[in-house]
Amino acid sequence: MTPRLLEIENLDVRLTAGRAARPILDGVSLHVGRGEAVGLVGESGSGKSVTCRSVLRLLPEGAEAAGSVRVDGEDVLTMSAARLRDLRRNDVSMIFQDPRASINPLRRIGDFVTEGMRAGGMSRDDALRRAAELLESVGIREPRAALRRYPHEFSGGMLQRVMIAGALAGEPRLLLADEPTTALDVTTQAEVIAILTGLRGERSMGLLFVTHDLELAAAICDRVYVMYAGRIVEAQTAGGLFDRPRHPYTSGLLAATPRLESDRPPRGVPGRPVSLAEAPAGCAFAARCAHARPACTRDVPARREIDGAHVACLRAEELSHD
Amino acid sequence: MAGRLLRRAAGIVATLLVTSLLVFGSVQLAPGDPASFLLGGRSASPSAVAAIKEQYHLNDPFPVQYAKWIGGVVTGDLGRSAQFRQDVAGLIAARLPTTLWLIGYAGLLILVGGLALGALAALRRGVVDRTVLIGTGVATATPSFVAAIGLISLFSVELGWFPAFGNGSGLGGRISHLTLPAAALALTFVGLLARVTRTSMLEELGREHVEVARSRGIPGSDVVRRHVLRNALAPITTVTGTIVAGLLVATSIVETAFGLSGVGQLLVSSVTVKDFPVVQAVSLLVVLAFVGANLVVDLVQPLIDPRPSHPKGGVR
Repeated sequence: MTPRLLEIENLDVRLTAGRAARPILDGVSLHVGRGEAVGLVGESGSGKSVTCRSVLRLLPEGAEAAGSVRVDGEDVLTMSAARLRDLRRNDVSMIFQDPRASINPLRRIGDFVTEGMRAGGMSRDDALRRAAELLESVGIREPRAALRRYPHEFSGGMLQRVMIAGALAGEPRLLLADEPTTALDVTTQAEVIAILTGLRGERSMGLLFVTHDLELAAAICDRVYVMYAGRIVEAQTAGGLFDRPRHPYTSGLLAATPRLESDRPPRGVPGRPVSLAEAPAGCAFAARCAHARPACTRDVPARREIDGAHVACLRAEELSHD
Repeated sequence: MAGRLLRRAAGIVATLLVTSLLVFGSVQLAPGDPASFLLGGRSASPSAVAAIKEQYHLNDPFPVQYAKWIGGVVTGDLGRSAQFRQDVAGLIAARLPTTLWLIGYAGLLILVGGLALGALAALRRGVVDRTVLIGTGVATATPSFVAAIGLISLFSVELGWFPAFGNGSGLGGRISHLTLPAAALALTFVGLLARVTRTSMLEELGREHVEVARSRGIPGSDVVRRHVLRNALAPITTVTGTIVAGLLVATSIVETAFGLSGVGQLLVSSVTVKDFPVVQAVSLLVVLAFVGANLVVDLVQPLIDPRPSHPKGGVR
């Protein structure tokens, strides 16, 4: 059996340095198949960004990781520095949240897009020609001229397109997107998403899409993982998530989404989100859960499969969320 | 663009006019009668004193004296040195090459040493960083005449590697004669530039785009060169400009300590005997160096950072 494109197994990440020592991720397991789009949803501090970044071994300073993160069967956490650079250049690319902060403001757009290709040994002319094609494919007009311009001459949306072009330069098989539209205004968000999903389909890349927006994740992804306090609490198909959320937290998130077609006001999830470090024993969500039982605060619930959905809730079978 | 250049030029002229007035005035207003200094303490007949006063326009009111002087400066006539009984312009011209060599040599040492130490400290946090910080702290706090004595006693007297005195002739002779003076001159400023480089690079190292570059598989040395050092250049350039202009002042001590006949030593000897035409001319040269260095820095700055700056007053 060929290995999956991305397979994260039992990933624990903890900060070990001094007084800041605390756990961030606990037993995170997820996978992305070839050409599959997978969403990773959670509130701020849930660990979704750390999970995503760990695929490129971009761990916070002073962090220690246990478990495995395999891309095509190769463990990213233990590979050599040279192989890691190679992987970052050719196999896995990441699109970051704020293009304005992610692209060096003092260098030309052409430098940004061609940098990885040049590091891989491509000639300057070839790299520039390819960069122009990439800019064209993300819908930037006059790509040749754009290569010579500086980031401050572009709008945020256009700059995110440049970022995507730069991510595609190495022809990656897996694309990581860490809230790629959060820093953009609403009208450009849709354009950037359309470009991203279009190019993903054309090039049959796998996608791990990190967002706090459950609806957005469900709209563009095949499967969605829901994270809470450093753990994955639910995983199922995008359709299944909406039809039949299994975890009380997921149904809470769905109920908290404002809807145009309904007169019912959105209901927020009571309480505030906790990080893994402050989570009490047992289920981290128990303190905010309307269905919590004494048993919920005893042990961390294991992830079980129910009708194709994976859920980490003791009462998943009894509760039917709608 | 043309308007900006014009404003810039007007600013430079105004700066030079104001500072020339200050330079001229401060020497004139210093205690003591210039005529008696010009006579060098010798007793002279009243007619000789009158002749001196006539030659240096000492009988005219201050504005007239200034106008005559600045008129001469503009036409290249810097006056006559009382000490050497020569034209000031010729005196300075004869000594300028040595001083420029010294500044160039020291500037190179400062740039290479400062950037290397600063980058090293920024990239190797911990023992290396602390060592560099302490070392540059000591270097910055060491006056150049102390450094001169130390360098002479070690490298000239003990080891005999470099001469302790004189200008030297030919390229090799110049370099060997100027090595110790340049090192003494550079010591203070290396520390300053190293610290500015370190701070600026540390700030850039924390930027998100640097992490993004790493996440894109760009080798570490390229990330440092193209994203960290490159973006840290703006403050480094500004400080370098000020240092180079400041070196002209600092040469006075070092040239005296090493017996180099340069502009700095000329200034010191002229101040001692109150040879005010020379002091005025050299002071003006120092001002000119600062104005020139600032101009170069301002012209280079847009090449470093292409983003539009916010012009003062916001007028375009």
